[in-house]
Amino acid sequence: MAYTEKTRGIYTEILAGLQSAGLFKQERYIHSAQDADIEVEFPAGAPLKKVINICANNYLGLSSHPEVVKAAHEGLDSHGYGMSSVRFICGTQDIHRTLEQMVTKFLGTEDTILFPSCMDANAGVFEAVLTKDDVMISDRLVHASIIDGIRLCSAMHDTYKHSDMEHLEEKLQLHDLKRLKMVITDGVFSMDGDTAKLDKMVELCEKYGALLFVDDSHSSGFIGKTGRGTHEQYGVMGKIDIITTTFGKGLGGASGGCVSGRKELVEMCRQKARPYLFSNTIAPPVVAGVIKVLEILSASTDRRDKLEKNTEFWRKGLTEAGLIIKAGDTPIVPVMLFNAKLAQDVSRDLYEEGIYAIGFFFPVVPQGQARIRTQISAGHEIHHLEKALDAFRKVGKKYDILGKSKQEIIERYGM
Amino acid sequence: MDEMQEIIKTYVIKEYVEDDTELTYDSPLISGGIVDSFSMVSLKRFLENKYNIAIPDDKATPEAFDSVNKICALVREYVK
Repeated sequence: MAYTEKTRGIYTEILAGLQSAGLFKQERYIHSAQDADIEVEFPAGAPLKKVINICANNYLGLSSHPEVVKAAHEGLDSHGYGMSSVRFICGTQDIHRTLEQMVTKFLGTEDTILFPSCMDANAGVFEAVLTKDDVMISDRLVHASIIDGIRLCSAMHDTYKHSDMEHLEEKLQLHDLKRLKMVITDGVFSMDGDTAKLDKMVELCEKYGALLFVDDSHSSGFIGKTGRGTHEQYGVMGKIDIITTTFGKGLGGASGGCVSGRKELVEMCRQKARPYLFSNTIAPPVVAGVIKVLEILSASTDRRDKLEKNTEFWRKGLTEAGLIIKAGDTPIVPVMLFNAKLAQDVSRDLYEEGIYAIGFFFPVVPQGQARIRTQISAGHEIHHLEKALDAFRKVGKKYDILGKSKQEIIERYGM
Repeated sequence: MDEMQEIIKTYVIKEYVEDDTELTYDSPLISGGIVDSFSMVSLKRFLENKYNIAIPDDKATPEAFDSVNKICALVREYVK
Protein backbone atom coordinates (compact mmCIF):
# COMPACT_ATOMS: atom_id res chain seq x y z
CA MET A 1 0.00 0.00 0.00
CA ALA A 2 1.56 3.24 -1.12
CA TYR A 3 -0.52 5.41 1.19
CA THR A 4 1.74 4.91 4.20
CA GLU A 5 1.42 6.38 7.68
CA LYS A 6 4.22 8.73 6.73
CA THR A 7 2.25 9.94 3.72
CA ARG A 8 -0.88 10.35 5.82
CA GLY A 9 1.14 12.30 8.36
CA ILE A 10 2.30 14.77 5.72
CA TYR A 11 -1.28 15.66 4.81
CA THR A 12 -2.53 15.62 8.40
CA GLU A 13 0.12 18.16 9.25
CA ILE A 14 -0.75 20.43 6.32
CA LEU A 15 -4.45 20.31 7.20
CA ALA A 16 -3.72 21.01 10.86
CA GLY A 17 -1.65 23.99 9.74
CA LEU A 18 -4.62 25.36 7.80
CA GLN A 19 -6.81 24.98 10.87
CA SER A 20 -4.39 26.69 13.23
CA ALA A 21 -3.94 29.54 10.73
CA GLY A 22 -7.71 30.03 10.58
CA LEU A 23 -7.74 29.16 6.86
CA PHE A 24 -9.65 25.88 7.05
CA LYS A 25 -12.83 26.04 4.99
CA GLN A 26 -15.86 24.33 6.46
CA GLU A 27 -19.03 23.68 4.50
CA ARG A 28 -22.47 24.45 5.86
CA TYR A 29 -25.16 22.03 4.71
CA ILE A 30 -28.26 23.69 3.26
CA HIS A 31 -31.31 21.42 3.44
CA SER A 32 -33.59 23.60 1.30
CA ALA A 33 -33.42 24.92 -2.25
CA GLN A 34 -31.22 27.98 -2.79
CA ASP A 35 -33.26 31.09 -1.99
CA ALA A 36 -33.50 34.16 0.24
CA ASP A 37 -34.80 31.94 3.07
CA ILE A 38 -32.83 28.75 3.60
CA GLU A 39 -32.51 25.99 6.21
CA VAL A 40 -28.98 25.31 7.33
CA GLU A 41 -27.26 22.57 9.33
CA PHE A 42 -24.20 24.12 10.95
CA PRO A 43 -22.05 22.84 12.42
CA ALA A 44 -22.60 19.31 11.07
CA GLY A 45 -25.15 17.52 13.23
CA ALA A 46 -26.67 20.72 14.65
CA PRO A 47 -30.45 21.22 14.41
CA LEU A 48 -31.64 22.97 11.25
CA LYS A 49 -31.76 26.74 11.46
CA LYS A 50 -33.84 29.05 9.26
CA VAL A 51 -31.70 31.94 8.08
CA ILE A 52 -31.74 34.69 5.48
CA ASN A 53 -29.06 34.16 2.88
CA ILE A 54 -27.13 37.32 1.96
CA CYS A 55 -23.99 35.69 0.57
CA ALA A 56 -25.20 33.84 -2.56
CA ASN A 57 -24.48 34.80 -6.17
CA ASN A 58 -28.21 34.32 -6.77
CA TYR A 59 -28.46 37.95 -7.91
CA LEU A 60 -31.69 37.59 -9.86
CA GLY A 61 -33.36 35.08 -7.56
CA LEU A 62 -33.65 32.57 -10.39
CA SER A 63 -31.92 29.59 -8.77
CA SER A 64 -35.23 28.09 -7.68
CA HIS A 65 -37.61 30.02 -9.93
CA PRO A 66 -40.60 27.78 -10.77
CA GLU A 67 -40.43 28.47 -14.52
CA VAL A 68 -36.72 27.62 -14.61
CA VAL A 69 -37.25 24.44 -12.57
CA LYS A 70 -40.11 23.45 -14.90
CA ALA A 71 -37.99 24.08 -18.00
CA ALA A 72 -35.20 21.95 -16.55
CA HIS A 73 -37.69 19.13 -15.89
CA GLU A 74 -38.90 19.36 -19.46
CA GLY A 75 -35.33 19.39 -20.76
CA LEU A 76 -34.60 16.27 -18.74
CA ASP A 77 -37.64 14.54 -20.25
CA SER A 78 -36.98 15.60 -23.84
CA HIS A 79 -33.15 15.50 -24.02
CA GLY A 80 -32.11 13.13 -21.24
CA TYR A 81 -29.75 13.38 -18.31
CA GLY A 82 -26.28 13.40 -19.85
CA MET A 83 -24.40 13.13 -23.11
CA SER A 84 -21.62 10.67 -22.23
CA SER A 85 -19.43 12.43 -24.77
CA VAL A 86 -17.52 15.61 -25.41
CA ARG A 87 -19.04 18.10 -27.84
CA PHE A 88 -17.11 17.25 -31.01
CA ILE A 89 -17.63 13.47 -30.84
CA CYS A 90 -21.34 12.99 -30.07
CA GLY A 91 -22.02 15.42 -27.23
CA THR A 92 -23.74 18.30 -29.00
CA GLN A 93 -27.52 18.57 -28.99
CA ASP A 94 -29.73 21.09 -30.78
CA ILE A 95 -30.32 22.87 -27.46
CA HIS A 96 -26.58 23.46 -26.93
CA ARG A 97 -26.40 25.39 -30.19
CA THR A 98 -29.70 27.15 -29.40
CA LEU A 99 -28.27 28.34 -26.09
CA GLU A 100 -25.06 29.54 -27.78
CA GLN A 101 -27.11 31.57 -30.25
CA MET A 102 -29.28 33.01 -27.48
CA VAL A 103 -26.24 34.07 -25.45
CA THR A 104 -24.74 35.69 -28.56
CA LYS A 105 -27.90 37.72 -29.05
CA PHE A 106 -28.22 38.56 -25.34
CA LEU A 107 -24.64 39.82 -25.02
CA GLY A 108 -24.57 41.48 -28.45
CA THR A 109 -21.53 39.54 -29.69
CA GLU A 110 -20.67 37.59 -32.87
CA ASP A 111 -20.64 34.01 -31.57
CA THR A 112 -20.54 31.93 -28.36
CA ILE A 113 -19.14 28.60 -27.22
CA LEU A 114 -20.33 26.83 -24.06
CA PHE A 115 -17.94 25.46 -21.44
CA PRO A 116 -18.64 23.17 -18.45
CA SER A 117 -18.02 26.21 -16.22
CA CYS A 118 -16.65 29.75 -16.49
CA MET A 119 -13.64 28.46 -14.58
CA ASP A 120 -13.07 26.16 -17.57
CA ALA A 121 -13.77 28.96 -20.06
CA ASN A 122 -11.11 31.12 -18.40
CA ALA A 123 -8.73 28.19 -18.08
CA GLY A 124 -8.97 27.42 -21.80
CA VAL A 125 -9.44 30.65 -23.68
CA PHE A 126 -6.00 32.30 -23.44
CA GLU A 127 -4.07 29.24 -24.50
CA ALA A 128 -6.47 28.81 -27.43
CA VAL A 129 -6.06 32.29 -28.88
CA LEU A 130 -2.58 33.52 -27.87
CA THR A 131 0.99 32.31 -28.38
CA LYS A 132 4.46 33.09 -27.06
CA ASP A 133 4.65 36.01 -29.48
CA ASP A 134 1.83 37.79 -27.62
CA VAL A 135 1.31 39.53 -24.29
CA MET A 136 -1.50 39.45 -21.75
CA ILE A 137 -1.88 42.56 -19.59
CA SER A 138 -4.23 41.95 -16.67
CA ASP A 139 -5.70 43.97 -13.82
CA ARG A 140 -4.03 42.92 -10.56
CA LEU A 141 -7.36 41.93 -8.98
CA VAL A 142 -8.71 39.57 -11.65
CA HIS A 143 -10.43 36.37 -10.55
CA ALA A 144 -8.43 33.25 -9.66
CA SER A 145 -9.78 31.37 -12.69
CA ILE A 146 -8.25 33.98 -15.01
CA ILE A 147 -4.94 33.67 -13.22
CA ASP A 148 -5.03 29.92 -13.79
CA GLY A 149 -5.83 30.44 -17.48
CA ILE A 150 -2.96 32.88 -17.81
CA ARG A 151 -0.60 30.35 -16.21
CA LEU A 152 -1.57 27.79 -18.84
CA CYS A 153 -0.79 30.16 -21.71
CA SER A 154 2.66 30.64 -23.23
CA ALA A 155 2.17 34.36 -23.95
CA MET A 156 4.11 36.88 -21.84
CA HIS A 157 2.14 38.20 -18.91
CA ASP A 158 2.21 41.60 -17.25
CA THR A 159 -0.16 43.37 -14.87
CA TYR A 160 -1.41 46.87 -14.14
CA LYS A 161 -2.53 48.39 -10.87
CA HIS A 162 -6.18 47.79 -10.15
CA SER A 163 -8.32 49.99 -12.44
CA ASP A 164 -5.38 52.37 -12.96
CA MET A 165 -5.76 53.51 -16.55
CA GLU A 166 -2.51 55.47 -16.66
CA HIS A 167 -0.62 52.40 -15.56
CA LEU A 168 -2.45 50.30 -18.15
CA GLU A 169 -1.45 52.77 -20.86
CA GLU A 170 2.19 52.58 -19.74
CA LYS A 171 2.03 48.80 -20.07
CA LEU A 172 0.44 49.00 -23.52
CA GLN A 173 3.32 51.25 -24.58
CA LEU A 174 5.90 48.97 -22.96
CA HIS A 175 4.63 45.94 -24.90
CA ASP A 176 3.68 47.74 -28.09
CA LEU A 177 5.91 45.59 -30.30
CA LYS A 178 4.22 42.29 -29.43
CA ARG A 179 2.25 40.53 -32.20
CA LEU A 180 -0.99 40.61 -30.19
CA LYS A 181 -1.76 42.42 -26.93
CA MET A 182 -4.74 41.39 -24.81
CA VAL A 183 -6.00 43.48 -21.91
CA ILE A 184 -7.75 41.31 -19.33
CA THR A 185 -10.19 42.40 -16.64
CA ASP A 186 -13.21 41.37 -14.60
CA GLY A 187 -16.35 43.38 -15.41
CA VAL A 188 -17.39 43.53 -11.76
CA PHE A 189 -14.64 42.65 -9.29
CA SER A 190 -15.98 39.97 -6.99
CA MET A 191 -14.36 41.03 -3.73
CA ASP A 192 -14.84 44.81 -3.88
CA GLY A 193 -17.95 45.03 -6.08
CA ASP A 194 -16.48 47.81 -8.23
CA THR A 195 -16.64 47.84 -12.04
CA ALA A 196 -13.90 48.04 -14.67
CA LYS A 197 -13.75 51.36 -16.55
CA LEU A 198 -14.67 49.75 -19.83
CA ASP A 199 -15.28 52.98 -21.77
CA LYS A 200 -11.74 54.13 -21.08
CA MET A 201 -10.35 50.63 -21.63
CA VAL A 202 -11.97 50.35 -25.05
CA GLU A 203 -10.47 53.75 -25.92
CA LEU A 204 -6.98 52.58 -24.88
CA CYS A 205 -7.31 49.24 -26.65
CA GLU A 206 -8.35 51.00 -29.86
CA LYS A 207 -5.45 53.45 -29.53
CA TYR A 208 -2.86 50.69 -29.07
CA GLY A 209 -4.48 47.98 -31.16
CA ALA A 210 -5.08 45.61 -28.25
CA LEU A 211 -7.77 42.99 -27.73
CA LEU A 212 -10.05 43.45 -24.72
CA PHE A 213 -11.17 40.53 -22.53
CA VAL A 214 -13.86 40.92 -19.85
CA ASP A 215 -15.09 38.28 -17.39
CA ASP A 216 -18.65 39.39 -16.70
CA SER A 217 -19.62 36.58 -14.34
CA HIS A 218 -20.73 39.00 -11.61
CA SER A 219 -22.60 41.20 -14.11
CA SER A 220 -24.46 39.16 -16.73
CA GLY A 221 -28.21 39.46 -16.35
CA PHE A 222 -28.36 42.57 -14.19
CA ILE A 223 -25.67 45.22 -14.83
CA GLY A 224 -26.70 47.76 -17.49
CA LYS A 225 -30.19 49.01 -18.21
CA THR A 226 -31.32 45.73 -19.75
CA GLY A 227 -28.95 43.50 -17.79
CA ARG A 228 -26.54 42.68 -20.61
CA GLY A 229 -23.51 43.38 -18.44
CA THR A 230 -20.80 45.94 -17.81
CA HIS A 231 -20.35 46.56 -21.54
CA GLU A 232 -23.93 47.80 -21.66
CA GLN A 233 -23.44 49.96 -18.58
CA TYR A 234 -20.40 51.66 -20.13
CA GLY A 235 -21.92 52.02 -23.60
CA VAL A 236 -19.41 49.73 -25.34
CA MET A 237 -21.56 46.82 -26.52
CA GLY A 238 -20.02 45.23 -29.63
CA LYS A 239 -16.56 46.54 -28.69
CA ILE A 240 -15.43 43.82 -26.29
CA ASP A 241 -13.49 41.14 -28.16
CA ILE A 242 -14.00 38.35 -25.61
CA ILE A 243 -16.59 38.13 -22.84
CA THR A 244 -16.60 35.14 -20.54
CA THR A 245 -19.47 34.57 -18.17
CA THR A 246 -21.11 31.94 -16.00
CA PHE A 247 -24.56 30.40 -15.74
CA GLY A 248 -23.74 29.63 -12.11
CA LYS A 249 -24.59 33.04 -10.68
CA GLY A 250 -27.26 35.49 -11.89
CA LEU A 251 -28.18 33.42 -14.96
CA GLY A 252 -29.89 30.61 -13.05
CA GLY A 253 -27.14 29.60 -10.68
CA ALA A 254 -26.74 25.95 -11.75
CA SER A 255 -23.50 25.52 -13.68
CA GLY A 256 -21.81 26.15 -16.99
CA GLY A 257 -20.11 29.08 -18.63
CA CYS A 258 -19.12 30.40 -22.01
CA VAL A 259 -16.77 32.40 -24.18
CA SER A 260 -18.63 34.93 -26.31
CA GLY A 261 -17.12 37.42 -28.72
CA ARG A 262 -15.41 37.72 -32.11
CA LYS A 263 -16.36 34.73 -34.22
CA GLU A 264 -12.77 33.78 -35.12
CA LEU A 265 -11.75 33.78 -31.47
CA VAL A 266 -14.75 31.64 -30.56
CA GLU A 267 -13.86 29.25 -33.38
CA MET A 268 -10.27 29.07 -32.06
CA CYS A 269 -11.73 27.92 -28.73
CA ARG A 270 -13.86 25.31 -30.53
CA GLN A 271 -10.72 23.96 -32.22
CA LYS A 272 -8.18 24.32 -29.42
CA ALA A 273 -9.56 25.02 -25.92
CA ARG A 274 -8.75 21.98 -23.83
CA PRO A 275 -11.60 22.13 -21.28
CA TYR A 276 -14.00 22.21 -24.27
CA LEU A 277 -12.24 19.40 -26.11
CA PHE A 278 -11.70 17.05 -23.18
CA SER A 279 -14.75 17.48 -20.97
CA ASN A 280 -18.48 16.97 -21.36
CA THR A 281 -20.37 20.18 -21.84
CA ILE A 282 -23.36 21.42 -19.82
CA ALA A 283 -25.96 18.71 -19.07
CA PRO A 284 -29.25 18.92 -21.01
CA PRO A 285 -31.57 19.87 -18.12
CA VAL A 286 -29.26 22.74 -17.16
CA VAL A 287 -29.12 23.93 -20.78
CA ALA A 288 -32.93 23.95 -20.86
CA GLY A 289 -32.98 25.90 -17.59
CA VAL A 290 -30.55 28.55 -18.87
CA ILE A 291 -32.58 28.93 -22.08
CA LYS A 292 -35.61 29.72 -19.91
CA VAL A 293 -33.56 32.19 -17.83
CA LEU A 294 -32.57 34.09 -20.98
CA GLU A 295 -36.20 34.09 -22.16
CA ILE A 296 -37.31 35.56 -18.82
CA LEU A 297 -34.60 38.23 -18.84
CA SER A 298 -35.14 39.13 -22.50
CA ALA A 299 -38.88 39.59 -21.96
CA SER A 300 -38.67 41.92 -18.96
CA THR A 301 -36.19 43.89 -16.87
CA ASP A 302 -38.36 43.56 -13.75
CA ARG A 303 -35.91 41.34 -11.90
CA ARG A 304 -32.79 43.44 -12.52
CA ASP A 305 -34.83 46.57 -11.69
CA LYS A 306 -35.88 45.04 -8.38
CA LEU A 307 -32.27 44.05 -7.68
CA GLU A 308 -31.19 47.64 -8.34
CA LYS A 309 -33.78 48.96 -5.85
CA ASN A 310 -32.85 46.32 -3.25
CA THR A 311 -29.18 47.22 -3.66
CA GLU A 312 -29.87 50.94 -3.14
CA PHE A 313 -31.91 50.15 -0.03
CA TRP A 314 -29.19 47.89 1.35
CA ARG A 315 -26.27 50.23 0.69
CA LYS A 316 -28.19 53.18 2.20
CA GLY A 317 -29.23 51.10 5.24
CA LEU A 318 -25.72 49.92 6.03
CA THR A 319 -24.28 53.40 5.60
CA GLU A 320 -26.94 54.96 7.84
CA ALA A 321 -26.25 52.26 10.44
CA GLY A 322 -22.70 53.60 10.60
CA LEU A 323 -20.93 50.70 8.93
CA ILE A 324 -18.12 51.17 6.41
CA ILE A 325 -18.93 49.74 2.98
CA LYS A 326 -17.02 49.76 -0.28
CA ALA A 327 -18.45 52.48 -2.52
CA GLY A 328 -20.22 51.44 -5.71
CA ASP A 329 -23.59 50.52 -7.12
CA THR A 330 -23.37 46.76 -7.64
CA PRO A 331 -25.13 44.14 -5.47
CA ILE A 332 -21.77 43.04 -4.06
CA VAL A 333 -21.54 45.12 -0.89
CA PRO A 334 -18.50 44.45 1.32
CA VAL A 335 -18.87 45.56 4.94
CA MET A 336 -15.33 46.47 5.96
CA LEU A 337 -14.05 45.22 9.32
CA PHE A 338 -10.29 45.17 8.51
CA ASN A 339 -9.40 42.60 11.21
CA ALA A 340 -9.73 38.89 10.33
CA LYS A 341 -10.90 37.73 13.76
CA LEU A 342 -13.45 40.52 13.96
CA ALA A 343 -14.83 39.48 10.55
CA GLN A 344 -15.16 35.88 11.76
CA ASP A 345 -16.78 36.94 15.05
CA VAL A 346 -19.28 39.24 13.33
CA SER A 347 -20.16 36.50 10.82
CA ARG A 348 -20.76 34.02 13.66
CA ASP A 349 -22.95 36.49 15.59
CA LEU A 350 -24.94 37.40 12.48
CA TYR A 351 -25.65 33.70 12.03
CA GLU A 352 -26.97 33.56 15.60
CA GLU A 353 -29.30 36.39 14.59
CA GLY A 354 -30.52 34.39 11.58
CA ILE A 355 -28.36 36.03 8.92
CA TYR A 356 -26.02 33.94 6.76
CA ALA A 357 -23.03 36.05 5.64
CA ILE A 358 -19.40 35.02 5.47
CA GLY A 359 -16.21 36.75 6.57
CA PHE A 360 -13.38 37.10 4.03
CA PHE A 361 -9.81 37.72 5.07
CA PHE A 362 -6.19 37.23 3.95
CA PRO A 363 -5.21 35.57 1.64
CA VAL A 364 -8.60 35.89 -0.14
CA VAL A 365 -8.40 39.67 0.29
CA PRO A 366 -5.28 41.74 1.11
CA GLN A 367 -3.94 41.79 4.66
CA GLY A 368 -5.84 44.29 6.81
CA GLN A 369 -8.87 44.36 4.55
CA ALA A 370 -11.03 41.69 6.20
CA ARG A 371 -14.71 42.06 5.56
CA ILE A 372 -18.16 40.52 5.43
CA ARG A 373 -19.13 40.28 1.76
CA THR A 374 -22.86 40.74 1.40
CA GLN A 375 -24.65 40.02 -1.87
CA ILE A 376 -28.12 41.25 -2.63
CA SER A 377 -30.71 39.43 -4.71
CA ALA A 378 -33.93 40.17 -6.53
CA GLY A 379 -35.17 37.22 -4.47
CA HIS A 380 -34.90 39.37 -1.32
CA GLU A 381 -37.95 41.26 -0.15
CA ILE A 382 -37.60 44.44 1.88
CA HIS A 383 -38.50 42.55 5.07
CA HIS A 384 -35.46 40.28 4.51
CA LEU A 385 -33.18 43.27 4.18
CA GLU A 386 -34.72 45.06 7.17
CA LYS A 387 -34.15 41.98 9.34
CA ALA A 388 -30.56 41.73 8.10
CA LEU A 389 -29.98 45.43 8.81
CA ASP A 390 -31.36 44.96 12.35
CA ALA A 391 -28.88 42.13 12.86
CA PHE A 392 -25.97 44.21 11.54
CA ARG A 393 -26.95 47.07 13.86
CA LYS A 394 -27.19 44.74 16.87
CA VAL A 395 -23.90 42.97 16.19
CA GLY A 396 -22.21 46.24 15.21
CA LYS A 397 -23.26 47.76 18.53
CA LYS A 398 -21.90 44.75 20.42
CA TYR A 399 -18.47 45.25 18.86
CA ASP A 400 -18.73 49.05 19.06
CA ILE A 401 -17.96 49.60 15.38
CA LEU A 402 -21.03 51.66 14.37
CA GLY A 403 -20.06 55.17 13.28
CA LYS A 404 -16.38 54.37 13.80
CA SER A 405 -13.71 55.21 11.26
CA LYS A 406 -11.33 52.70 9.72
CA GLN A 407 -8.59 54.08 11.94
CA GLU A 408 -10.68 53.66 15.09
CA ILE A 409 -11.61 50.06 14.23
CA ILE A 410 -7.98 49.20 13.47
CA GLU A 411 -6.78 50.86 16.69
CA ARG A 412 -9.21 48.75 18.70
CA TYR A 413 -8.97 45.42 16.89
CA GLY A 414 -5.70 45.64 14.94
CA MET A 415 -5.11 44.83 11.30
CA MET B 1 23.11 52.80 0.71
CA ASP B 2 24.23 52.68 -2.88
CA GLU B 3 22.64 54.17 -5.95
CA MET B 4 21.43 50.89 -7.44
CA GLN B 5 19.58 49.94 -4.27
CA GLU B 6 17.79 53.27 -4.23
CA ILE B 7 16.90 53.20 -7.93
CA ILE B 8 15.42 49.72 -7.67
CA LYS B 9 13.58 50.48 -4.44
CA THR B 10 12.06 53.62 -5.98
CA TYR B 11 10.92 51.65 -9.03
CA VAL B 12 9.38 48.88 -6.89
CA ILE B 13 7.45 51.42 -4.82
CA LYS B 14 6.15 53.24 -7.90
CA GLU B 15 5.26 50.10 -9.76
CA TYR B 16 3.88 47.85 -7.05
CA VAL B 17 3.11 49.54 -3.75
CA GLU B 18 -0.43 50.90 -3.63
CA ASP B 19 -0.67 51.95 0.02
CA ASP B 20 1.71 53.37 2.61
CA THR B 21 3.64 50.11 3.09
CA GLU B 22 7.22 50.94 4.04
CA LEU B 23 9.93 49.15 2.16
CA THR B 24 13.47 48.32 3.19
CA TYR B 25 16.20 46.84 1.01
CA ASP B 26 15.47 43.46 2.63
CA SER B 27 11.65 43.54 2.60
CA PRO B 28 10.37 40.28 1.10
CA LEU B 29 8.78 41.41 -2.16
CA ILE B 30 7.33 38.25 -3.64
CA SER B 31 7.04 35.99 -0.57
CA GLY B 32 5.68 39.05 1.28
CA GLY B 33 2.91 39.60 -1.27
CA ILE B 34 4.13 43.04 -2.42
CA VAL B 35 5.03 41.89 -5.93
CA ASP B 36 3.08 38.98 -7.40
CA SER B 37 5.18 36.62 -9.46
CA PHE B 38 3.23 37.57 -12.61
CA SER B 39 4.27 41.19 -12.27
CA MET B 40 7.97 40.35 -12.29
CA VAL B 41 8.06 40.77 -16.07
CA SER B 42 7.91 44.57 -15.74
CA LEU B 43 10.66 44.57 -13.15
CA LYS B 44 12.86 42.38 -15.36
CA ARG B 45 12.28 44.65 -18.35
CA PHE B 46 13.09 47.70 -16.22
CA LEU B 47 16.36 46.21 -14.97
CA GLU B 48 17.42 45.11 -18.46
CA ASN B 49 16.74 48.53 -19.96
CA LYS B 50 18.19 50.50 -17.08
CA TYR B 51 21.44 48.54 -16.81
CA ASN B 52 21.70 47.42 -20.41
CA ILE B 53 21.84 43.75 -19.51
CA ALA B 54 20.00 40.54 -20.44
CA ILE B 55 18.82 38.43 -17.51
CA PRO B 56 18.14 34.83 -18.62
CA ASP B 57 14.59 33.69 -17.84
CA ASP B 58 15.84 30.82 -15.69
CA LYS B 59 17.71 33.30 -13.48
CA ALA B 60 14.72 35.61 -13.04
CA THR B 61 13.16 33.45 -10.34
CA PRO B 62 10.83 34.56 -7.54
CA GLU B 63 13.66 33.80 -5.10
CA ALA B 64 16.15 35.99 -6.99
CA PHE B 65 13.63 38.86 -7.09
CA ASP B 66 12.52 38.58 -3.49
CA SER B 67 14.16 41.74 -2.12
CA VAL B 68 15.89 44.87 -3.37
CA ASN B 69 19.21 43.50 -2.13
CA LYS B 70 18.72 40.17 -3.92
CA ILE B 71 17.80 41.97 -7.12
CA CYS B 72 20.94 44.13 -6.83
CA ALA B 73 23.05 40.99 -6.44
CA LEU B 74 21.45 39.47 -9.53
CA VAL B 75 21.94 42.62 -11.60
CA ARG B 76 25.61 42.87 -10.58
CA GLU B 77 26.21 39.40 -12.01
CA TYR B 78 25.35 40.70 -15.46
CA VAL B 79 26.61 44.29 -15.42
CA LYS B 80 29.87 44.44 -17.35
